[in-house]
Amino acid sequence: MIHLAGPYLLAAVLAGLGTYGVLARRNAVLVLIGIELVLNAANVLLVATSAAGGDRWVAGNVLALFVITIAAAEVSVALAVVLAVFRLRGDIDLSRGHEDDGAAS
Amino acid sequence: MTSLDVAFAAVGVIAAASGLLSVTTRQVVHAALWLVVSLGSLAGCYLVLGAEFVALVQVLVYVGAIVVLVLFALMLTRAPIGPNREVSTSRTHRVLAAVLGAGVTALLCAAFWPLVHHAPPVRRVETHTGALAEQLFGTWVWPFEVLSLLLLVALVAALAVSRMARAAEGAEDSVLDHAGDGDAVDQPTQDVEPA
Repeated sequence: MIHLAGPYLLAAVLAGLGTYGVLARRNAVLVLIGIELVLNAANVLLVATSAAGGDRWVAGNVLALFVITIAAAEVSVALAVVLAVFRLRGDIDLSRGHEDDGAAS
Repeated sequence: MTSLDVAFAAVGVIAAASGLLSVTTRQVVHAALWLVVSLGSLAGCYLVLGAEFVALVQVLVYVGAIVVLVLFALMLTRAPIGPNREVSTSRTHRVLAAVLGAGVTALLCAAFWPLVHHAPPVRRVETHTGALAEQLFGTWVWPFEVLSLLLLVALVAALAVSRMARAAEGAEDSVLDHAGDGDAVDQPTQDVEPA
């Protein structure tokens, strides 16, 4: 027997933390960490719903696996873009605007 | 409060606290390492919720692969070791971000409140790996195949992006070389003119 309030609260807290991480970071790789936290909040919800029963095709667990796969694909492309930006600009500071680029080079 | 509730609360508090540390720490490498703690304890949450295979995949893919990729990117972008003010935005920006994050949490809590309000504890249904595999390769086989295609596309795209950046860098270098040549040619004429 388990109360579902715990998983739901954890999912809400993780989504809020992830949103804060995405908005408050200047380093592009640290923004990705916030995105991972939001994706994990979704996974906690899916698994909690699956654990409550009434889940016909084990959909909660399978969809959680799909989310993990998509997160892996997303992070590999995002890190390739981050590395490309670093090679072109010399840093990955997201708060530096495009107009600063000309002044720096 | 059942024993499962207590176990979930223990790992859930660790997950939330290390998640908080990973988005607030000033040391970039520590952020990735706190993410390891957070994702590992989330795997514990999945175990408590009876999803053993999801917990294993979480450890293998998230902690084993994604965090290693993030650390790799931090090292390749010459992340500074030690505390660094530059990783976070200004104070007002952070306060706004915190307000928005708290708003997201409050919104989700309000959305879930009717689901758990006065709801009795549910009987936990364990998902065994055999049943999961049967569904994954039966009901969900086409989404599964499409996902393998997605992974292939992501792999090719990552390779293409990194090659494109290298080509653009080469073009920029050659432009800079030409600009340098132009300066070298202009220099003598400017010297000659005043004389």
